[in-house]
Amino acid sequence: MKAFIATCAALVASVLIGLPAMANEGVKLDRAPISPTDAASLQAGARTFVNYCLNCHSAGLVRYNSLKAIGLTEAQIKENLLFTGQKVGDMMNVAARAREQREWFGNAPPDLSVEARTRGVDWLYTYLRGFYRDPNTATGWNNRVFPNVAMPHAMWSLQGVAEGHTETVRIEGEEHHELVIGAAHGGSMNSVQYDQTVADLVNFMGWMAEPHAIERHNLGYLVLIVLSILILLTYLLKASYWKDVH
Amino acid sequence: MAAEKIVTTTGLLGWIDERFPASKMWKEHLSEYYAPKNFNFFYFFGSLALLVLVNQIVTGIFLTMHYKPDAAFAFASVEYIMREVSFGWLIRYMHSTGASAFFIVVYLHMFRGLLYGSYRKPRELIWIFGVIIFLMLMGEAFFGYLLPWGQMSFWGAQVIVNLFGAVPLIGPDLSLWIRGDYVVSDATLNRFFAFHVIALPLAICGLVAAHILALHEVGSNNPDGIEIKKTKDPVTGIPLDGIPFHPYYTVKDLFGVAVFLFVFAAIIFFGPEMGGYFLEANNFIPANPMQTPPHIAPVWYFTPFYSILRAVPPLFQSQFPGVACMGLSVMLFFLLPWLDRGAVRSVRYRGNHFKVWLALFVVSLLVLGYLGTEPTDVWGRFSAGIPVIGGSDVATWAARVLSVIYFAYFLLMPWYTRWDKTKPEPTRVTW
Amino acid sequence: MSTPPKVNHQRRNLVIGTAAAGGAAGLAAVVPFVDSMMPSERAKAMGAPVEVDIANIAPGERLTVEWQGKPVWILHRTKEQIDSVAKSDDLVVDPGVEQAQQPSTLTGNKLRAQKPEFFVAVGVCTHLGCSPVFQAESDRFYCPCHGSKFDLAGRVYKGVPAPLNLVVPDYVFLSDSKLLIGTDKKEG
Repeated sequence: MKAFIATCAALVASVLIGLPAMANEGVKLDRAPISPTDAASLQAGARTFVNYCLNCHSAGLVRYNSLKAIGLTEAQIKENLLFTGQKVGDMMNVAARAREQREWFGNAPPDLSVEARTRGVDWLYTYLRGFYRDPNTATGWNNRVFPNVAMPHAMWSLQGVAEGHTETVRIEGEEHHELVIGAAHGGSMNSVQYDQTVADLVNFMGWMAEPHAIERHNLGYLVLIVLSILILLTYLLKASYWKDVH
Repeated sequence: MAAEKIVTTTGLLGWIDERFPASKMWKEHLSEYYAPKNFNFFYFFGSLALLVLVNQIVTGIFLTMHYKPDAAFAFASVEYIMREVSFGWLIRYMHSTGASAFFIVVYLHMFRGLLYGSYRKPRELIWIFGVIIFLMLMGEAFFGYLLPWGQMSFWGAQVIVNLFGAVPLIGPDLSLWIRGDYVVSDATLNRFFAFHVIALPLAICGLVAAHILALHEVGSNNPDGIEIKKTKDPVTGIPLDGIPFHPYYTVKDLFGVAVFLFVFAAIIFFGPEMGGYFLEANNFIPANPMQTPPHIAPVWYFTPFYSILRAVPPLFQSQFPGVACMGLSVMLFFLLPWLDRGAVRSVRYRGNHFKVWLALFVVSLLVLGYLGTEPTDVWGRFSAGIPVIGGSDVATWAARVLSVIYFAYFLLMPWYTRWDKTKPEPTRVTW
Repeated sequence: MSTPPKVNHQRRNLVIGTAAAGGAAGLAAVVPFVDSMMPSERAKAMGAPVEVDIANIAPGERLTVEWQGKPVWILHRTKEQIDSVAKSDDLVVDPGVEQAQQPSTLTGNKLRAQKPEFFVAVGVCTHLGCSPVFQAESDRFYCPCHGSKFDLAGRVYKGVPAPLNLVVPDYVFLSDSKLLIGTDKKEG
């Protein structure tokens, strides 16, 4: 019973203390330059997602054929996105088994279906462009948004390698440690192309996190117009009846 | 006289009326229920609460058709609704937004009661039924919040259930009994589902009926806080300031409904997350009993009470004082009809004591609500040199002061309402 | 307090207008709820056409596959079994295959099949939905629930409870050994 009270107290205490929010709070996030209605961007993002993310991460809540909503045909999905043996009606799962992955990365790579709703597209955009070389980590990679992240840089062949080091600077007499990341080199893309690739990918992940968002907005305008008419009519009706109240 | 009117209507209605009091009920509760003609803005929220209740029940029924109350499937089944069920996203957002809307309209409805003394004799029972509905609604929201089985669902339930563990003697067994397991688990989810979809909705519907029946027994209060039944037409016996609820208030409420639905739809279609206040980002991560999210806070409608809980320091290594204060902060509403000793009901004719205390109460409630959504260090710390409060969080002390004000509003009410210099009430409503 | 009839007229129009607009909006609001009870994307994916390898079905044998949650039979008919269909013409209700129980291209086709040796049918009795058993020795399907009988083209016998022939689904031969059930187009 004592242990129980202790647990409860610890839990309540952890709430009381209100742990500082995520470790990356200090990093200023770049605004993701995306347009959720841009089908070409979404489709490019889908290809990048399948080629670079889906090897380890699943998107197990997303059905392949739902990608028809971003303008792909079933034949295109089959040809460009499906792994062998998969059907268009399947979920976007990974072949590698979760247990093996846990051993490789120390943690199972999370499912990315709703990642954009948890992290936000700006976070993802900054994170995927924030990898740098760090010999002190197990993977040899680190990230300025997510320090000591377990994931290596999956798209390094595109972006290239950026070196990072910590510099000590003095601002108003106080010492600050600042992470300085150099320009990436040796990738197959230049920085503009890479940023565009990441933007498309993030755009797709944003779509994937809430596939009906556009439909929601479109229906929303119609509903609000109808309700405006109802407001007007009910107001006139009310005014008409209340003329009699003296 | 009533029988004559039935004959003038269609034969079917006459046939029904001989067997069921259809016309009688219509008259008693609508066409010949005389309500004061001076209802203002605050009087929309009763019927709006009823509308939201219907919304929650209807959308809830349709969500139940696709949701799986099983820890292994719950999270995915909610996303299944959001993605794969036709219009599932709409129904789910109507339900999640409806939950917050329910509290907004109920809080405004209760505030109306405080403003115009609607809880006072002879309306004590209406008020008591209402407070019970409010309690049940809090339970309903709490149980429902576990169902999406996200991180906030899980850890919110974990913390709240553990609060019961702070009750002396029976506490640990009590929280174990509520969970049905040593942590919040599948068993907890399954029983919360049962409470959420059937037990509490049934009770709430019954209490709403009692709330309305009690209201129609004594008649509605109004912004002037005077009894319209005191001045009746000598011939018809109808209150001079009363108008039939139907059609006057039905058409007025219809207008209110249309405006409400506009705002409601705007949120559903253009901002169902409401900046994280209605749907929290962390709740899109499946529940993980091994890892607490960095910052957890209850949904906004619980935060004033949660702030009170956090503000009370542990006594004798027990959290119970905090838990007790939180419970008391809600329970005190029950006592309002007897705490208020004012000569008048409505704020319009009250003196400054009452007005100042009501304003302080509202401000403390709002600020406590805000603080409950933030970590306690949101306003920084006092520097270490200051005695007593040195080194502790500013927001914690602010919450303590505000909690004292919150309680003082209730506990000092018998005195400040009696001492108040009230203005004379009019005999007829202001119109 | 007497109200001139002109005002009542305007009010009447408003009541009608509001009721009509509100009623229409209310009806529109019902649509999502009704629609949410239709098969979801998952159900549709589960009900998608199924590809079947028919190379290994020996003559005279029947393979059962699942399509839209229902059993679908693929019977590899032998020469004798094909002949048995013609012999049952007098026993069945619809010898000319007029009932709309197969894709329209097969109407009037007595064997009710694209290729005579492969009979494809939904194995659900048209009486009350039981799944009939294959009685190879008597060249027929027999429903254990209420005794309905069908010949080897799925045509229902006279004097049994089932009113209609077994349903032949849409299907297409992708190759000689591959069958796609549930669609009449090669591209699923």
